[in-house]
Amino acid sequence: MIELKHINKTFKVAKRNAGFSEAVKALFHKEYTYIHALQDVSFTIGDGEMVGYIGPNGAGKSSTIKIMSGILTPDSGECIINGRTPWKERISHVKDIGVVFGQRSQLWWDVPVIDSFELIRDIYNVKDAEYRKTLSQLIELLNISEIVRTPARQLSLGQRMRCEIAASLLHNPKILFLDEPTIGLDAVSKIAVREFIKTINREKKTTVILTTHDMQDIEALTERILLIGKGRILLDGSLSDLKARNSTHKTLTIEYSGERLPISEHMTVSRDHGGHAELIIDTAHLTVSQAISYISANAEVKDISVTGETIDEMVVSLYKEFEI
Amino acid sequence: MKLYFKYVGMLLKSQMQYKASFIMTTLGQFLVSFTAFLGVYFMFSRFHSVKGFVFPEILLCFSILLMAFSLTECFVRGFDVFPRLIQSGNLDRILVRPRNEIFQVLTSNMDFSRIGRLLQSVLMLIYAIPASGIVWTFDKVVTVILMLIGGMAVFTALFVLYAGISFFTIEGLEFMNIFTDGSREFGKYPLSIYGEGILKFFTYVIPIALFQYYPFLYLIGRSDNAGLMFLPLLGFVFLLPCYGFFRFGLRRYKSTGS
Repeated sequence: MIELKHINKTFKVAKRNAGFSEAVKALFHKEYTYIHALQDVSFTIGDGEMVGYIGPNGAGKSSTIKIMSGILTPDSGECIINGRTPWKERISHVKDIGVVFGQRSQLWWDVPVIDSFELIRDIYNVKDAEYRKTLSQLIELLNISEIVRTPARQLSLGQRMRCEIAASLLHNPKILFLDEPTIGLDAVSKIAVREFIKTINREKKTTVILTTHDMQDIEALTERILLIGKGRILLDGSLSDLKARNSTHKTLTIEYSGERLPISEHMTVSRDHGGHAELIIDTAHLTVSQAISYISANAEVKDISVTGETIDEMVVSLYKEFEI
Repeated sequence: MKLYFKYVGMLLKSQMQYKASFIMTTLGQFLVSFTAFLGVYFMFSRFHSVKGFVFPEILLCFSILLMAFSLTECFVRGFDVFPRLIQSGNLDRILVRPRNEIFQVLTSNMDFSRIGRLLQSVLMLIYAIPASGIVWTFDKVVTVILMLIGGMAVFTALFVLYAGISFFTIEGLEFMNIFTDGSREFGKYPLSIYGEGILKFFTYVIPIALFQYYPFLYLIGRSDNAGLMFLPLLGFVFLLPCYGFFRFGLRRYKSTGS
């Protein structure tokens, strides 16, 4: 159970203008700006939930993760995770959590991955039998049996990420924080990572909190999303909420022969290159089938496809809506 | 403790991945401190004694200091390169592991190529032990050991202080090298040769003289005060404020996250 109540965090950042004389000045007198990284952030995440934590760069995602993992102390507010305040009881808290920073490695670079795993086992004091059991599960699920004897530096990014994830689960944490786990991965590795996350969430009831910019991750993995922007929680709801709220439009892409495409009410042409057009239909007033039949009745249609708003677009429009 | 040795094994294994590089660096370390030795050697081939200290005595002093320094550099390397730990974000990784922070910083990095320097100091010590003309009674041997331990404590404290400062500024860090690398250079000779002011500074501010100068006087028989041999233990007291300062910096890091 994760409970955040009215968390606030402000960073003091020294600023100065470019140039040598400014640099000298800054030695004696520094000007600071205050950045409100988190403002009154509150949410609750139950055991076994899988939550997508999204927001633009600099919105406060990492700060929240750092607070929840005990790295950062907030200015005010309460954060109780499994009955503990992370920054006050750091050591007992971190035994229960696993953290994957997508852009940083926790494996020892020059030694085979399995050696790193064994050291992590000792760091977390995992019992030998339990370790062997978890390890063989992880190796099988993540398909890394071939690569655990290779030094980490020789692994591809996709291989390494799978090992990173395994490394943060060796102690069977109750909560797993994934900070951009699929960043830079190819399609195959992404799918493998997603499948795995789903599996452990389902089978081990591990609570997963995932930050990402990859909307496919969100679509594939999470039911619930938390949208943060400029340090505030803007939306806490399910993906279908978000979709329902936003999908009032569909896009039709049409290939046709003829001069111009005839349109009716509630249709807007977003692009028409003569023979290739994109129409946006307001589905509140016009159904897709109505639109198609209208167009095919009035023009020679060669090809037609319908697309809804992608999650990316929804998020962008949410950003616009909240002016972030 | 068992875990500590596992870390040592891991880091050794890592460094042995690049054997040629390891051997070259070790050799380099040896040569660098060898030139320092040559400096002392040539000076004594002209002047024979400095403030009444003769060549084997200086070597004895130098070798003990160098040994303490290189051992510290090898095992407390994590604090020496601590700014890198902050910059790379690996400190965050340390904070999400269920072990003491100090322990994890110590085990984050060790530099075994310092064996080159260690070797140099061992060779000098081997030469100086008979050549210094000291009658090696039990208490003299203890004095040397205490000097070594006290030296490691003071150097460790300096590295911890250095790491503590890097929580606040990266720019001013070069300044600290005056005390770490600087004291290694200064400390080649008994600190009294630099004059009263310097000696006081290195007694009361940065307590290098506590393990280098005062017990050394007893060691070579310039002083009969056997109490001097225990002075190096005071070096451990110096660890306290440095450690406190590091904790203070760490607390600030946790609240700034920079």
